[in-house]
Amino acid sequence: MSKHVHTEKCSAMLGDLSEYIDGSLHAEICAQIEEHMKTCDNCRVVVNTLRKTVELYEHCSDDVELPGEVKERLFAKLELKDFLIKADTSK
Amino acid sequence: MSEKEDSGFLVALQSGDRQAFAKLVEDTSTQIYRTARQILGDEQDAEDVLQETYMKALKALPTFEGRSSISTWLHRIAVNEALMMIRKRKTPMVSVDDNMPFDSDEESSGMEIVDFCCLPEKELLTSESRQFMDQAIQRLPETLKTVFVLRDLEGLSIQETVDVMQITENNVKTRLLRARLRLRQELAGYYAEKVEKEKSK
Repeated sequence: MSKHVHTEKCSAMLGDLSEYIDGSLHAEICAQIEEHMKTCDNCRVVVNTLRKTVELYEHCSDDVELPGEVKERLFAKLELKDFLIKADTSK
Repeated sequence: MSEKEDSGFLVALQSGDRQAFAKLVEDTSTQIYRTARQILGDEQDAEDVLQETYMKALKALPTFEGRSSISTWLHRIAVNEALMMIRKRKTPMVSVDDNMPFDSDEESSGMEIVDFCCLPEKELLTSESRQFMDQAIQRLPETLKTVFVLRDLEGLSIQETVDVMQITENNVKTRLLRARLRLRQELAGYYAEKVEKEKSK
């Protein structure tokens, strides 16, 4: 493990990283970031791990389901029990 | 946001059609529960927020003006409820600088450089690491956590997140960047040992 010793160029890049990994950054600035990453291993690691962090969280977020009993209580509270579509609970 | 908001559906909702409301709850409740669960980190609190969100929505539907989608509107109610609950139960973890312009020097100081992308998926997503990821979200200040949950976990667009949070686009982007960088830093620290082991194989 090492700590990032950053230069002015690294600092300038950091504020744009979110939009860079989202693909919403202006092409010209993207090109500058890519050029910088060719010679700065630390920044390349930061960009790749930042992207990976978002991917991992996106992946895990799908795992949170609405439990069947929570849904039942919600429909009961809202007096919508007649409209409740029960999920397959055989799993 | 998948529900089709044709004007007929909206009219039915606003005129108190129970079946239309049940469809709205059916289509959106998983997302609303997930959002509350991730902001609050507690299942019981999330259920309370879920119920309160739809109770409030039911009352307020006749005055819904359609300036955002219904789903965004529901998220706004849920986020407000969740934040109110946090404020009631403890001292808020809002750092004073959350709305300050991004300071790259400050954010990059002490940044961990651990290339954990090289780890196999099964190492990255063990149940222990998922638990760590959940805890890392809970360690974020509410202002950062809420934006991260809406944008990256719930997949709302920047504009939808702006509409839910009622803050500027710049603030959303800055908070999102800070949240992502802090979580990246947490994961880099967490995976460091596994990366070392992987390298020595």
